[in-house]
Amino acid sequence: MGVTILFFTGLAVIAVWWLSTQRLTSKPWLEQGPAGEPTGTGVSSVPIAKVGLGVLLAAIGSLFALFISAYFMRMQLADWRPVPKPTLLWINTGVLMLSSAALQWAQAMADRDKVRSVRIALLGAGATALLFIAGQVVAWRQLGDAGYFLTSNPASSFFFLITALHGLHVLGGLAALGRNIIRAWQGRDLPKLRLGLDLCSLYWDFLLLMWLVLFGLLLLS
Amino acid sequence: MVDTAIGREPIAPAEAGEVELYHPHSWITKYVFSQDAKIIAIQYSLTAMAIGLVALVLSWLTRWQLAFPGTLSFIDPSQYLQYITMHGMIMVVYLLTALFLGGFGNYLIPLMVGARDMAFPYLNMLSYWTYLLAVLVLVASFFVPGGPTGAGWTLYPPQSILPGTPGYEWGIILMLASLIIFIIGFTMGGLNYVVTVLQGRARGMTLMRMPLTIWGIFTATVLALLAFPALFVGAVMMLFDRVLGTSFFMPSLVSMGEQLQYGGGSPILFQHLFWFFGHPEVYIVALPAFGIVSDLISTHARRNIFGYRMMVWAIVAIGVLSFVVWAHHMYVSGMNPWFGFFFATTTLIIAIPTAIKVYNWVLTLWHGDIHLTIPMLFALAFIVTFVNGGLTGLFLGNVVVDVPLSDTMFVVAHFHMVMGVAPIFVIFGALYHWYPKVTGRMLNEWLGQLHFWVTFIGAYAIFFPMHYLGLLGMPRRYHEIGQTSFVPESAQNLNVFITIAALTVGAVQLVFLFNLFWSLRYGRASGGNPWRATTLEWQTPETPPPHGNWGKELPVVYRWAYDYNVPGAKEDFLPQNQPPDWGTG
Repeated sequence: MGVTILFFTGLAVIAVWWLSTQRLTSKPWLEQGPAGEPTGTGVSSVPIAKVGLGVLLAAIGSLFALFISAYFMRMQLADWRPVPKPTLLWINTGVLMLSSAALQWAQAMADRDKVRSVRIALLGAGATALLFIAGQVVAWRQLGDAGYFLTSNPASSFFFLITALHGLHVLGGLAALGRNIIRAWQGRDLPKLRLGLDLCSLYWDFLLLMWLVLFGLLLLS
Repeated sequence: MVDTAIGREPIAPAEAGEVELYHPHSWITKYVFSQDAKIIAIQYSLTAMAIGLVALVLSWLTRWQLAFPGTLSFIDPSQYLQYITMHGMIMVVYLLTALFLGGFGNYLIPLMVGARDMAFPYLNMLSYWTYLLAVLVLVASFFVPGGPTGAGWTLYPPQSILPGTPGYEWGIILMLASLIIFIIGFTMGGLNYVVTVLQGRARGMTLMRMPLTIWGIFTATVLALLAFPALFVGAVMMLFDRVLGTSFFMPSLVSMGEQLQYGGGSPILFQHLFWFFGHPEVYIVALPAFGIVSDLISTHARRNIFGYRMMVWAIVAIGVLSFVVWAHHMYVSGMNPWFGFFFATTTLIIAIPTAIKVYNWVLTLWHGDIHLTIPMLFALAFIVTFVNGGLTGLFLGNVVVDVPLSDTMFVVAHFHMVMGVAPIFVIFGALYHWYPKVTGRMLNEWLGQLHFWVTFIGAYAIFFPMHYLGLLGMPRRYHEIGQTSFVPESAQNLNVFITIAALTVGAVQLVFLFNLFWSLRYGRASGGNPWRATTLEWQTPETPPPHGNWGKELPVVYRWAYDYNVPGAKEDFLPQNQPPDWGTG
């Protein structure tokens, strides 16, 4: 459970930092009157949706951290046989990076009000993300052809399970991306589009980071 | 007293247009597929109580079997195991968690922090319907071939997914699926509770002015968002083991004379995952209870909560510590003794912030103007019961004491006291306390008294003797004890006594349910603030609060939540939204 504890320690540091800005040592029974300006409540100016996504990412991060912990614990047992790593996985990693980069580009273009470029960037991001999923499925098939199935041994069970879970999260992100593509095509509500792109981009970066961690884990073992 | 705001104009309240509100147009969107947190809260609560009633009936059947073995012919060993399994899982996850967070969280968070609704109302609605689906999948397991799983609520592999365990065919699959669905649904709701507390607070509502109820629910939700994934991981991997034949948890073994295809897996891995969820789960239930009970005591003793800051810090500290004690549930799993020592130490450390809370409750009562209303009675009962259950927790937290007591009735008595009876007392107290806000009517006082005294005394009649049975060595999860050398025959009389008490307590819950529905129509009209409480939910312009809660203007908060009997004030309470220049004089 070391990985999970490490992840939680990270979260705890963030929580402590945040709490330390919230005047937890104040004596509310001695204070009266509105606590200054509206910011005096400690409510941050970050959009609500982004705070929500941040909390969601903490929960998803916890999920992956626990999977990785389970992976390490199971790995120590005698029947662990590492699976071969298809070269395709390197390409998939690159494709996912492209997808993340495309979203960065879309964000930059949205800031400059270039809606047409935003559309192209978004389509690019969507296409590369789909390509990533397709690539993962092909990688599964390659492993299957090489005789590594879900139940062959624990390493391959974990490989299929974790990549499937990661892929599902990418698919969920694609649903959100789809809504932003529609928004970009309508091109009416630019601030909302910018927020949507901001969220998508954050989520994509998070999934890319998760993938790099998981891929690193597979390479190491 | 520092009074900074005198002579200054209060900040203009936020306009109603600041928050996007979804406005329902039809009966269906208003009461069925509602996005209003208050309706969702009622839906959550009623569903949780309905499924809780099933679990209550299951506990009657188990108790009946223990006292009068063989008299109900349909209770065979398999049935018995299925009853205790479903009773435990329903009570812990589908009743307590859902009621505290989905029920009270939804109702109280927006009202108590001064928001119009949750941050993401649509997601909130989805959360309830996903929860309902989880409940239905769970209930479905009663009707599939083989019945529900009888693996014990901890679902330990390998036995939980081996042939021979009741519910091997479908029960365990539906149980795991239901848990997975529940966790997805909870995550949607949990996002709302956390973000609403973070971002939805009214002007002037600093974190340190929040009622402790909100602190408790908020911290518990954070724990749940981080801990439920552990159960999710465990459930998914076990589902894979059961359905697809992987060997995450399953060692190679021979079952019923046949070598199974499993090999090499680790059952202990599941235990780690389960208790990494399971121990925080205790505090997911306990922290909202701590918070609510603080507010009940303060309001009904007309006294500010003693040591508010320490109460907040203790809640946060307990939340953090709850993640580093999980393996104290696994002392008998053959773990390294040094691990046991570590976890025993952290377990005992967690008693410190908990004891701080208990002292502060008692000190709040000290010289208070205690009104023995029903909510107050339940709050007092909670303190006593929680101390009792907590003390046996210190016993079990020590490895040397735990090992002989493990898997006996002592453990059953301990966790029922500390996380069954104690939180349920708070739920009852909270229902009596907030029912007037939800319905505009008071619950009947006499039925309430009857309900309280029978439940309180009855709970002790059930669980006090059970400790003794455990010390005698009576094991848990046994369908029938039969003849043993170490359990005297007189223990059977005690079992009969416990069962009669349990059936009585069970029956009086029906009185409570009757009261809930009867008072809806015939209860005394309560007015907006029957308890003369300070927190925001009692200051709504209308009772019950309509969609949007606050009418045209959001409240502005001028003070903390516990201004009771302030010297020099005209009334014995000052609502949080009362400006400082009048009232205090």
